[in-house]
Amino acid sequence: MNQAELSVGTRETDQFRPARSLRFLRRLLRRPVAVAAIVVIITIYGAGVLAPFIAPFDFDKTDLRNTFAGPSGEHWLGTDRLGRDVLSRLIWSAQTTVIISALVVVGGSLILGVSLGLTSGYLGGSVDNVIMRLADALYSVPTFLLILIINATMGDRVDSLFRDLEDLTGIGGLERSGAPNFFLLSVALSIFGWVGMARLVRSQVLSLREANFVLAARAMGGSTPRILFRHLFPQLTNLMVVAITLSLGAVALAEVSLTFLGLGVEDHASFGIMIAQYAGPTSVRAHPLLIFAPTVIVALLMLSFNLLGDALTDILSPRRR
Amino acid sequence: MQGLASYVLRRLLLVPLVLFVVSVVTFALGRYAPSDYVEIQAGPRARPETIERIREERGLNDPIYEQYARYVSNFVQGDFGESVRYRGVDVEDVILPRLWVTLQYNAVVLVLTFAIGIPVGTWAALRRGTWMDPFSIGTLVLFASVPVLVSVPLLQWLFAVKLGWLPTGGWHERNILGVEIGILSKQAILPIGALTLVGVAGIARYMRSQVLDVLDQDYVRTARAKGLNEAPVVIRHVVRNALLPIATLVAFDLAGLFTGALILETLLGIPGIGLYAFESISSRDYDSIMAIVLLGALVFQLAMLAVDIAYGFIDPRIRLSAEARR
Repeated sequence: MNQAELSVGTRETDQFRPARSLRFLRRLLRRPVAVAAIVVIITIYGAGVLAPFIAPFDFDKTDLRNTFAGPSGEHWLGTDRLGRDVLSRLIWSAQTTVIISALVVVGGSLILGVSLGLTSGYLGGSVDNVIMRLADALYSVPTFLLILIINATMGDRVDSLFRDLEDLTGIGGLERSGAPNFFLLSVALSIFGWVGMARLVRSQVLSLREANFVLAARAMGGSTPRILFRHLFPQLTNLMVVAITLSLGAVALAEVSLTFLGLGVEDHASFGIMIAQYAGPTSVRAHPLLIFAPTVIVALLMLSFNLLGDALTDILSPRRR
Repeated sequence: MQGLASYVLRRLLLVPLVLFVVSVVTFALGRYAPSDYVEIQAGPRARPETIERIREERGLNDPIYEQYARYVSNFVQGDFGESVRYRGVDVEDVILPRLWVTLQYNAVVLVLTFAIGIPVGTWAALRRGTWMDPFSIGTLVLFASVPVLVSVPLLQWLFAVKLGWLPTGGWHERNILGVEIGILSKQAILPIGALTLVGVAGIARYMRSQVLDVLDQDYVRTARAKGLNEAPVVIRHVVRNALLPIATLVAFDLAGLFTGALILETLLGIPGIGLYAFESISSRDYDSIMAIVLLGALVFQLAMLAVDIAYGFIDPRIRLSAEARR
């Protein structure tokens, strides 16, 4: 839905210039709700980025003499069943979300999505046909189920791939650091995550392809890749930022859900792990704080992404108030 | 209409194609997965000869395309293989009762979602610009954005632990006229409530924006100008037109059924298809996983097909623009 509205709404604003993107930002910042959402998102993601510096404890630092402790000066949100600091685990979980989001945005949206969208839109013809039919096909399968099965079956294989890589390069601790999980999860999400971006970029390129500046560039003898990346790509950056923002919430939720099911990140902290560990009826009864902490953060994050998304689509397509 | 017919035909042809690709991918992933289900089934102390014998018996040493062909021909005939987790039971005998559980509560959710969501959305749209507006939008966005993974533990805490009104989870079926019905028990309230909350908020939000669109239309102004009361204007002119695109959301709900069930049933311990998927994945039960994924893909395909066709019928403008794009 969002995707469609987005492309409809942006048709009139087909050429972004720096001044325009500033005005866009100003319009966004005039909305208190959007500003609040941005603040929440930046706080959570910022905490994740700065986790090594601001987390009071390590996420797996256990203290078996101090399990299930209530909130105190030392442990602001108490400790879990192994005496691990809940606040620290939240912060490190945010880091997991940040890493996965960054990998999927770069791999799925930027690398796959943008390059396929640019090629598809600019070259047209059979190339366009193949890419867009592939996109249709990916849209018409139950993505989550397939990501699930990819993660379930390929997990051990990726682990051994990383072990081989360690032996080959001599870099130690790759597998132990949880890198294989991150790699597999973000690859699986990227495989299905490029379609929206590719369609968006393609539709923009289609309308820009015949523009005079492209004609001029071609007349000057510019090669296709040069036209694509030097002339067309910069026109799209603004729209891409919006599209990526709109997709971040889904990526974060996918990471949390998959990890909750035991098919995402294993050797790192994650909201999904925290929810899975304390979601049962007995622990909800005995230690409500342990389930509140991760769920409230995830709820806040999702709410903020939705509010921000609403504000962005509102600004881009003012027809729908 | 001619364009639509050929479009539907083309879309219909895509369904088996997508199912074929999904089945090939899933099958290949399952067969090339390193932890072999035969080893798991035989147990850690099984001798290599035993494992080899089981492999030979099951035809796992045949070329993969032969295995695949055999699997597909069995699948089409209703034989989905044998469950590993429920040893000795055929997958189809596990899957169908499980699917029944999931369908039961989802059917209730679907009805409730639309029955509540449509009036709520219309109401919210008609109150635009009043003090209730930010309040209603805020509530709707809040409930629509909180995922089931988050809302269920919170609802569990509130209604089962704090208030003690509902059981914390599980599923209880009663035999009514020879059919096992689970939705009439107290256990069903929490899952149905959690899903309905998200669903209603989503539908109401969408309905609100639809109604706002329709309210701006000339024919609504005409209806008002000719002196109709507010009620007939809203019911006959506004809601009816706003409802059209909403109808397609049923199909989107269907498409998301399996994914939603997975999380919800795992959280609450409801023995539906979602919990079955979770169990099968944890025990590397590939025949079950295959069957679930294929069923899920089929349901998803049909739902998306329904959406596409419905769009074409409901709104000729979309059909025209789709044709222009081609």
